[in-house]
Amino acid sequence: MTTTEPPFLEIKNLSIGFSANEKVIPAVRNVSLTLNKGETLAIVGESGSGKSATALAITRLLASPPAVYQGGQILFNGVDLLALPEKELRAYRGGRIAYVFQEASTSLNPVYTIRSQMAEMLRLHRPEVHNIDAEIIRWLEMVGITNPKERLKAYPHQLSGGMQQRVMIAMALSAQPDLLIADEPTTALDVTIQAQILAQLRKLEKELGMTMILITHNLAIIRGLAHQVAVMHHGSIVEYGPTEEVLQHPQHPYTKALLACIPRLDEHRRRLSTIEKELQ
Amino acid sequence: MLSFILRRLGLSIILLFLISFISFFIITLTPGSPYPWGEMNPKISPEVKAAFRKKFHLDLPLYQQYEMMLHDLFTGELRSMKDDLPVMKKITDRLPATLALNIMAILFSLSFGTLLGLYGALYRGNWKDMSLSFLSFLFIALPGFWISYLLVLTLVKYVGIPILGTQSYGIEFPNHLTLWLDRLWHLMLPAIVLSLAGIATQSRYLRSSMIETLRENYILTARAKGLSPTVVLYQHALRNSLRPLITGIGMLLPSLISGSVIIETIFAYPGMGQLGYQAVLERDYPILITLNMIVATMVLLGNLFSDLLYALVDPRVRLE
Repeated sequence: MTTTEPPFLEIKNLSIGFSANEKVIPAVRNVSLTLNKGETLAIVGESGSGKSATALAITRLLASPPAVYQGGQILFNGVDLLALPEKELRAYRGGRIAYVFQEASTSLNPVYTIRSQMAEMLRLHRPEVHNIDAEIIRWLEMVGITNPKERLKAYPHQLSGGMQQRVMIAMALSAQPDLLIADEPTTALDVTIQAQILAQLRKLEKELGMTMILITHNLAIIRGLAHQVAVMHHGSIVEYGPTEEVLQHPQHPYTKALLACIPRLDEHRRRLSTIEKELQ
Repeated sequence: MLSFILRRLGLSIILLFLISFISFFIITLTPGSPYPWGEMNPKISPEVKAAFRKKFHLDLPLYQQYEMMLHDLFTGELRSMKDDLPVMKKITDRLPATLALNIMAILFSLSFGTLLGLYGALYRGNWKDMSLSFLSFLFIALPGFWISYLLVLTLVKYVGIPILGTQSYGIEFPNHLTLWLDRLWHLMLPAIVLSLAGIATQSRYLRSSMIETLRENYILTARAKGLSPTVVLYQHALRNSLRPLITGIGMLLPSLISGSVIIETIFAYPGMGQLGYQAVLERDYPILITLNMIVATMVLLGNLFSDLLYALVDPRVRLE
């Protein structure tokens, strides 16, 4: 008899809506995804496609109301997170599934120091760590922050946008989660810093063997970072497969249109491509 | 920090001079006379009148009166035109009662206002929040004297809560404890009435600032860390929502000294409000100008105090 191990993360037929004026507006329709340990999955789509809602729903972070979890299962190592009581779910949040959000400048609490915000994470999920400062410094170094010791007492507004995002990543990783969900981690940064952060993520992915879900609207950044890609449109997955295959041979017209939107250096275009009306 | 405080204090002194100038002229140019007797009283001889005018420098030109007033204000030599008692003594006689009442009222306003505001923000939209909002607007809208009389009618009858003065008269208190408890008991009703509007406004301010804060990204971060709702609320949200509370503290500070005319009258409470009201009716210039200056000082100090608190609570605020 062989026991098949449950997949690392399996989202089955997830549907989420937002209630507004007595009606429920669908945001995520029947989404199914599978993620294996050590792999990176990219969820790609434009604003409002339901990619962030899917990511937040994994640990039920969407406030309900207005969010309505209409159906489906989110199996994390076989445990259905959608059915878990809030109190037990809190051990998963941060501890086993950590998040990095879009705008680091507003995602760090402005009135607390870097040290106190990172220490909070460690005390909660890694009570065995005694020398908290040393552990914080170790992680800050890991994400490429120079002079980490001096940053401990800094407040978020005293750091640059790129530094803030590095702190967010260090904070998320310091709890040693099984899964990192990065929700548009580079969107609010300028291009050179974007490249640095992406390189950092790539490095950490290799060094730590991280399992990651990367949410982005930018297909250009997922090459070399994601093993699988899911393209979302209007709350549904329209294309799902290995990254290279999707990028080389897109099947769905929406994916093709998204790919065409990426400007290239070796071509001369007068106008940038846009998504055709009928696809929207 | 220190240079900021010194600069603000320096500015305040200049401001206080301007305020003293303006209030002196408003007070003295108001119709009516400060004589302790009727202006047309035939029994008062012109000599007595002249002596009174000379004593209080009323025979001098206004700008000289202003100079004398300023001098006496600083040396503490101002005397009431009514009973010739030193103004400072009249004020210090009243101050403890006013301080006790208003400290109580401010404590009520801030503590209950904060609690109810938090509660409203947490349960926004449901019936509890709706009824709290309704009550807040009701207490902001209803005049204090009307609520006072309702409370007097009901509480005095059914609870036996005392309503007159600062302590029971004609009773021997066996020890200090019973005396202080009796005083506290007398303080209750006026303090509650004084704080009702404060509780209502504070809770409204805190509620809206809290709701705004709860929408911030860092609250999502805090929840995504796996923190309990209590920690998210009290550690991450509350400190970011304290601005209206601090503004409230700064604005409430002057009332510590100035008292309240209406509430003190209803509850026969011997506070500064009564003193000021009497002084207005009797055109007791020295008392009026002193009270005015004290309140102005408190307003300026209150503002400075809130600015310092803002910086203490939020590291992004820089005092320069």
